[in-house]
Amino acid sequence: MAKLSQLNLKKNKLKFSVTVTLKKDVLDPQGKVVQNTLVNMGMSNLKNIRQGKHFEIEIDESDTNSAEKKIDEMCKKLLVNLIIEDYKINKI
Amino acid sequence: MKSSVIVFPGSNCDRDIAVALEKMQFKNQMVWHKETKLPKSDLIVIPGGFSYGDYLRSGAIAGKSLIIDEVIKAAHSGCLVLGICNGFQILTETGLLKGTLLRNKNLKFINKDVHIKVINNNTKFSNKYKKNQIIKINIAHNEGNYFTDPKHLDELKKENLIAFKYCDEKGNDNENSNPNGSLENIAGILNANKNILGMMPHPERMVDTIISNKDGVNLFSSLLN
Repeated sequence: MAKLSQLNLKKNKLKFSVTVTLKKDVLDPQGKVVQNTLVNMGMSNLKNIRQGKHFEIEIDESDTNSAEKKIDEMCKKLLVNLIIEDYKINKI
Repeated sequence: MKSSVIVFPGSNCDRDIAVALEKMQFKNQMVWHKETKLPKSDLIVIPGGFSYGDYLRSGAIAGKSLIIDEVIKAAHSGCLVLGICNGFQILTETGLLKGTLLRNKNLKFINKDVHIKVINNNTKFSNKYKKNQIIKINIAHNEGNYFTDPKHLDELKKENLIAFKYCDEKGNDNENSNPNGSLENIAGILNANKNILGMMPHPERMVDTIISNKDGVNLFSSLLN
């Protein structure tokens, strides 16, 4: 029985990643500093770096669509500041 | 006049503002963020600090705390709300004020006395100042770079909702007198109803000549006016 419920748990668990980056027209001073440092280290063909945040989220859901909807809600309500940030959700 | 200061884990200017309010004869109460009821207040202050260690984004977690629902309700029914520094960041995270505070353009934590100019002196928060009066006031922040969309910026200008701008001692507001990269040198803004003020500078640090100056006193006496 214990094994079965563990199996079920595993089956119901979906995992997603959320990547949050600053919007194109928002200045990203940290990204710029990282970029300048890499250029100074010799990576001269480096064109652009934007720094962001990465979340890994596990959710008790068996249906990918409704799980994605919930993750989207989490992004809009807390994880992302929509004024300055864009986000992408990926299933992992 | 009754005031309430909301306290979060990581608030560190809560007692400074309480001292300033009491010195100015406000009847003040401290309200812990887990409370679900606000004492009757004419003024709610969200103080500076590093609520929740600035996790996720400055003010993001505090902006979802239990007491904030009550603050939002009170604000919508006309109660005066003042957010200072982290309090300003929290107010933008709740949506009570539009826009957001980005990391300082130079990536440094800035703690110094700067000059700001009173742009709108026709508010509950600023009526004791003269229009364009230049005051010297302390800033201490890492994310004070105000940003908003062009449509809202237009509204801020047209409706006279910019409360304060960073300037030099002569009142010039330009790139040279902008400490953190803030849009149009904005140091503080009001909501459309002008009952909510968010500002990065710390008026509560400027109420006593022994430790600084008294340039912040008029903000509190304006409220009592």
